[in-house]
Amino acid sequence: MSSPHIYFADEKTSRRVFLGRAAHGVGKIALASLLGPSLLSNAVAAAPRAANDKWPGVVHPPHFPIKAKRVIWLTMAGGPSHLETFDYKPKLAAMHGQPMPESFTAGKQIAQLQGAKLLCFGPQHKFKKFGKSQAEICELFPQIGSVMDDICLIRSMTTEAINHDPAHMFMNTGSQIAGRPSMGSWAVYGLGCEAEDLPGFVVLTSLGKGGQNQPIAARQWAAGLLPSRFQGVHLRGKGDPVLYLGNPPGVTRSQQRDVIDAVNKINTRYDAVADDPEIATRIAQYEMAFKMQASVPELMETKKESQKTLDLYGCQPGDGSFASNCLLARRLAERGVRFIQLYHKDWDHHGGVKDGIALKAAEVDRACMALITDLKQRGMLDDTLIVWAGEFGRTPMSQGGDGRDHHNAGFSVWLAGGGVKGGTVFGATDELGYSAVENVVDVHDLHATMLKLLGVEHTRLSIKFQGLDIRLTGIAGKAIDPVIA
Amino acid sequence: MPVPLVLRLCLLSVLLNISFCSVLGAAAKPSISYNRDVRQILSDNCFYCHGPDASHRKAKMRLDVREEALKKEAFVPGKPDKSEVVRRIFSADPEELMPPPDSNKKLSPAQKELLKRWIAEGSTYEGHWAYQLPVRPAIPAKSNPIDYLVQQRLKSIGLVPAAEADRRTLVRRLYLDLIGVPPKPEEVDGFVQNKSLNAYPELIEKLLASPHYGERRAIAWLDVVRFADTIGYHSDTGRNIWPYRDYVIRSFNENKPFDVFTREQLAGDLLPNSTLDQKVASAFNRLLLSTEEGGAQAKDYEARMLTDRVRAIGAVWLGQTIGCAQCHDHKFDPITSHDFYSMGAFFADIKEPIIGAREPGMFVPKDQAQADELVKWESKLTGLEAQYNGPHPELKDSFATWEREQTSAVERDRLWAALTPSSAESAEGVKLDIKSDQSILASGKKKPEKDTYAITLTNLSGVVRGLRIEALPDDSLPAKGPGRANNGNFVLTRIRAVVQHGDGTTEPVSFHSARASFEQSVAAESNPYKLWSAASVLDANAREDSTGWAILPEVARRQQLQLEIETPLEFKTGDTLKIELVQNHGHGSHTLGHFRLGATSNPEALTNKIPVSPTKEIADIAALAPEKRNQAQKDKLWDEYKKQATELMSLRQEIAGAKKSKTDFEATVPRCLVSVSEPNPRTVRILPRGNFLVETGEKVKPAFPGYLKASWQKYEKPQLTRLDLADWLIAKENPLTARVTMNRLWKEFFGAGLAKSLDDFGAQGESPKNQALLDWLSCEFMESEWDLKHMVKLLVTSRTYRQSSVMSGKALAVDPQNREFSAQGRWRLEAELVRDNALAISGLLVEKIGGPSVKPYQPDGYWENLNFPVRTWEKSTGDDQYRRGIYTWWQRSYLHPSMVAFDAPTREECVAERNRSNIPQQALALLNDPSYVEASRALAARVIQFGGKEMSTRINWAWKQALGRLPRTDEIKISRDLVGRQLAEYYSDPEAAKLVIHVGLAPNPDGIDPVELAAWTSVCRVILNLHETVTRN
Repeated sequence: MSSPHIYFADEKTSRRVFLGRAAHGVGKIALASLLGPSLLSNAVAAAPRAANDKWPGVVHPPHFPIKAKRVIWLTMAGGPSHLETFDYKPKLAAMHGQPMPESFTAGKQIAQLQGAKLLCFGPQHKFKKFGKSQAEICELFPQIGSVMDDICLIRSMTTEAINHDPAHMFMNTGSQIAGRPSMGSWAVYGLGCEAEDLPGFVVLTSLGKGGQNQPIAARQWAAGLLPSRFQGVHLRGKGDPVLYLGNPPGVTRSQQRDVIDAVNKINTRYDAVADDPEIATRIAQYEMAFKMQASVPELMETKKESQKTLDLYGCQPGDGSFASNCLLARRLAERGVRFIQLYHKDWDHHGGVKDGIALKAAEVDRACMALITDLKQRGMLDDTLIVWAGEFGRTPMSQGGDGRDHHNAGFSVWLAGGGVKGGTVFGATDELGYSAVENVVDVHDLHATMLKLLGVEHTRLSIKFQGLDIRLTGIAGKAIDPVIA
Repeated sequence: MPVPLVLRLCLLSVLLNISFCSVLGAAAKPSISYNRDVRQILSDNCFYCHGPDASHRKAKMRLDVREEALKKEAFVPGKPDKSEVVRRIFSADPEELMPPPDSNKKLSPAQKELLKRWIAEGSTYEGHWAYQLPVRPAIPAKSNPIDYLVQQRLKSIGLVPAAEADRRTLVRRLYLDLIGVPPKPEEVDGFVQNKSLNAYPELIEKLLASPHYGERRAIAWLDVVRFADTIGYHSDTGRNIWPYRDYVIRSFNENKPFDVFTREQLAGDLLPNSTLDQKVASAFNRLLLSTEEGGAQAKDYEARMLTDRVRAIGAVWLGQTIGCAQCHDHKFDPITSHDFYSMGAFFADIKEPIIGAREPGMFVPKDQAQADELVKWESKLTGLEAQYNGPHPELKDSFATWEREQTSAVERDRLWAALTPSSAESAEGVKLDIKSDQSILASGKKKPEKDTYAITLTNLSGVVRGLRIEALPDDSLPAKGPGRANNGNFVLTRIRAVVQHGDGTTEPVSFHSARASFEQSVAAESNPYKLWSAASVLDANAREDSTGWAILPEVARRQQLQLEIETPLEFKTGDTLKIELVQNHGHGSHTLGHFRLGATSNPEALTNKIPVSPTKEIADIAALAPEKRNQAQKDKLWDEYKKQATELMSLRQEIAGAKKSKTDFEATVPRCLVSVSEPNPRTVRILPRGNFLVETGEKVKPAFPGYLKASWQKYEKPQLTRLDLADWLIAKENPLTARVTMNRLWKEFFGAGLAKSLDDFGAQGESPKNQALLDWLSCEFMESEWDLKHMVKLLVTSRTYRQSSVMSGKALAVDPQNREFSAQGRWRLEAELVRDNALAISGLLVEKIGGPSVKPYQPDGYWENLNFPVRTWEKSTGDDQYRRGIYTWWQRSYLHPSMVAFDAPTREECVAERNRSNIPQQALALLNDPSYVEASRALAARVIQFGGKEMSTRINWAWKQALGRLPRTDEIKISRDLVGRQLAEYYSDPEAAKLVIHVGLAPNPDGIDPVELAAWTSVCRVILNLHETVTRN
């Protein structure tokens, strides 16, 4: 990570200096020259001046019609097996126990199975057809099946990385080099923040019961070379939901207000001496912090949800489950948060994939359905894009006789809501589920598609860094139009 | 951000009148300059397709090389209308228009006109500024070069420098910039009152000599070299590296010349007779990210590590974005893939595991006593081992006896025959495989708590007097087995056997007695036998969960259980023997993993004592006639004997004791990963498109980038080393290193670089506004023999440094970003300094320098998403809780949240310039992080103790501590009102007061009223949260 060649403090200075402090009197031409054509036309000139330092976003006007206003990205961390979830391979079942034909594996990356004998390993669960589209998915996911007509299933996903950490980095930032902005940061940078008293990019994590909880680095939601204001804020299940959110022990909310008032008053007077535009920003940030101290606990109060809603998700308030996080995701969406990312861990089934998937299905199946249904009932599914994706898939070959290794040549993800063509299946892997062969989608394509649904042409959302135009999609990516309604 | 053209043109028009351009030489004529005006437009808009990268070049048109462009008539000097470029950029036809509309690039009308004019003036190219050697501009005598060069530029745009800062501001600025902590009130007053002309230079000398100077300077260096305590990827485990941080601090304090500093870090290990310190410096090469993730491929990470290191050289010394050339020739700069991988080849000699845990590293004793003790233990152990390894003639006879015992054990073993099972089944469905040596191996994920194995044997004939079960080790089992419990143990609860005759009748087998090679006595408290004995497997009445045969700790080797049959069995054709091994221990999967059944007809086989079974290797050697054993086999036997000989027991114990003491002592000695050179370096190949799976790329040797090599034949050697690389970086012929370093140093003291981008001096980076100044500093730096303190002194003594940070209205209009430095910069303190400042003001700061990284308070659960292993943050206690921010444990994947809030980078990549954000997380941290609450209450306690009795004297005292000045009237009033209200509130709720004054570990002074302390804590929280407090101005 390094600093960007856009300088937000400077920019704000300029904005205030020119728009706010007219006494110094400078025309708009000079402003244009200061910010550069791109930033001027985007952030400053076209966007309404935010009253409370709320970031307006740089994409004005949108490049495409906006179909999704926000994203809920369900990261199934660990790498779900596509072969026990969304991609049925009867041929693989038929070849169970036989050597994997070398024609499928030659020249491909292999992780833990390096040097091992590669044997076909048939699907461990039955599949069933669901919905009008009759998409065939694993019968352990009947609830997702029940909303299959809202889902666009992509069976031809690929990624470049094959180990957890780099693969998460690639899925989140489009790069395997640490320090690039994550997709949530890009979304907020591009489209701005709508929430009055919450961050624009929020992350929630939950553990699975199977014990395969791979680590996830905070880098996955970092702003990288974008300014820090775009970093994802991790809402935690235990302790303060946001770090340092709670008042110190022995300090009441009104006492905290008293302290903040004194800080802000003194800072205001100091501004008269120092004439420093950063001071106004700091005052606004203290107000925002104080608001968050109330708004975040209110947000986390799922107790106030109706019993019917709690039953729909199948969660208890405060249980820290994936289902609870799905419910929180809906509450965040309602409050205008732009990008909500959930991590549910424990999909790393090197062994015991049969039981492992059953356990995961029990944890996520109902919750995913509930999120789609709940948003739909509230009329929000149409402009909320839901993405269900792991960082990679798993091998059609067995590992240790009852598990599957990491796999990046073909796996499944699904999209729902937010302008997505429901009830469709896009792309396919080969007959053994090894490589994506039809309508192959890579991570840049998935990002480009997401951005297009958000109204952004992915090649036009960039920032200068070390002389380059850095984008979420690197130097590649193509929006997948057939999945867009 | 490129300097927008409109402004450039504005400036240009003003520049016409002045003649400061002695460096630019011929450019004194007011013409368009390629470097200043044109290159960036072409680079931004054209070079992507018409630049250095041949594989991506369109229409074979190349615009970055003049001859090529002229050949194709892209530019016809003096004739814009004949130039293809002009035709294309002004074209109305989207098919013709350049840049093409789908590139999302667009030239402004002014840019188009400028290009046209440039062609009209002859389309002259210049070498890229940063690749030309810096030239020292002439400075009039008696002028301060920095002030002269800054003011020349200011004059040209009609500005004057800001007034000098007041002395209080100046002293605080100098303390924060030079040592990173604020001055104490008496230091402020001393300086303010000292009207001597020498006051300022003396203060500078004092601060430059402070041991905290190195701590302050180290922050930026540790960022750019990406120093961190953890490996970065996946499990992000810790590594021993902090002595390198202390080396950096020490080097700045000692004012180590920058060339020496460079050579030591890149190649300290290669210097002749290198010192401990120089070896520690070479930890630089180990600072990169590494992984311990299962399934990581060595080739993948070998490539990642190579590219990581090359990027670091580009970032730290060259200010070049070499990383782009990993996959292809650079789009904008003349860096090729060949250059990239050749640079990587410099590091192919570094000995390291590509994947997996890092080694513990070299010992770095903290003092001579530690170094001496290390030697002491080493020689003690060497002496004892020499004694143990001696010839030992006194053991000749006992060895012969022992050897015979081994032989007889082997011979007695031969009286047993292995039985071939026809089937082996587990009641719980565990997979049991019959191997070629007749043994049975259990495998698979299924690990039941209880199980019964049923083994069927046919083809038996003759008399059987005894049965045995050999429990055998196997690599597939936990702790090598023979059991499936995690420690390799098992419990065989019962054995039942029945003979099934050919006629269908059955006959249970009854056993007379059982004995074993070893019986476990540990953990036998609840076992009625007080022993996990062989006999108990025959006791049908014993409790199944607490009896049976087990072998801990003698796992991982062969053990056996022998059963004598009451009435010898005589097998006839058609008879079947069925044996059930009942294993009902009931927890921890104490079942057999690998075993073999055997039988004997010879009563000799069933003697009372079963000798310790020799390992297979020893048994095999013992089975050979002595004259047939080779030397290695003889040695093996002798070694094994020495391990068992009672005569050597005390020596063995002494060695074991010494080893343990040595290890225990070594654990207290700091260690550091360092560079160690392998004589046979790894092969480095160009990876096409960066793809590590392709192993057919050209092999490359260490070499310097072609575009910077020109006249450096003296470095032509058959095999270049890291030391050559270091020498090349600090060669006076290298145009980049001094400029990059001086630009960053300038930024530390003025808030922004002279060239705005600190990390890209390539074509895409913005060229410096005041190149003359940057070049003057660079020349001075090199000619002073890379003397950093000299350069720092030059900067801070300048009038430019001493000026106020408040910009004039005119400056705001003409140069709103202060790129010309008509005023000092002002910025929120770096993350580490936010902490140091608060601790210093509160009086809690512990000024100890160096040592292992420390752990300030951190919210519980912040590490919940770390794994392998799961970790909790153990906060430091005592002095270590109050150390400076630079010593905070740097966990790359979860950096301390207060550090993150204030823009400290995770140091996964090299960072030349930090973000400077202003976000709500900063407010939350300063308001609620226990470190800042504790600092506030500690300051409050001092306010009450030392600030007098009156409210007003206390407020004055507090303000002086924090800001070195007295409070303004409004500040007094606001504070007074606040104390009043808080006193009343805590008076009515004294329990709450007790809570807030006990945040953190620091004790409160005796005799302070909790209510009063709590109320003043609120005022001190306000002070530590002020914008002014966290701002350097």
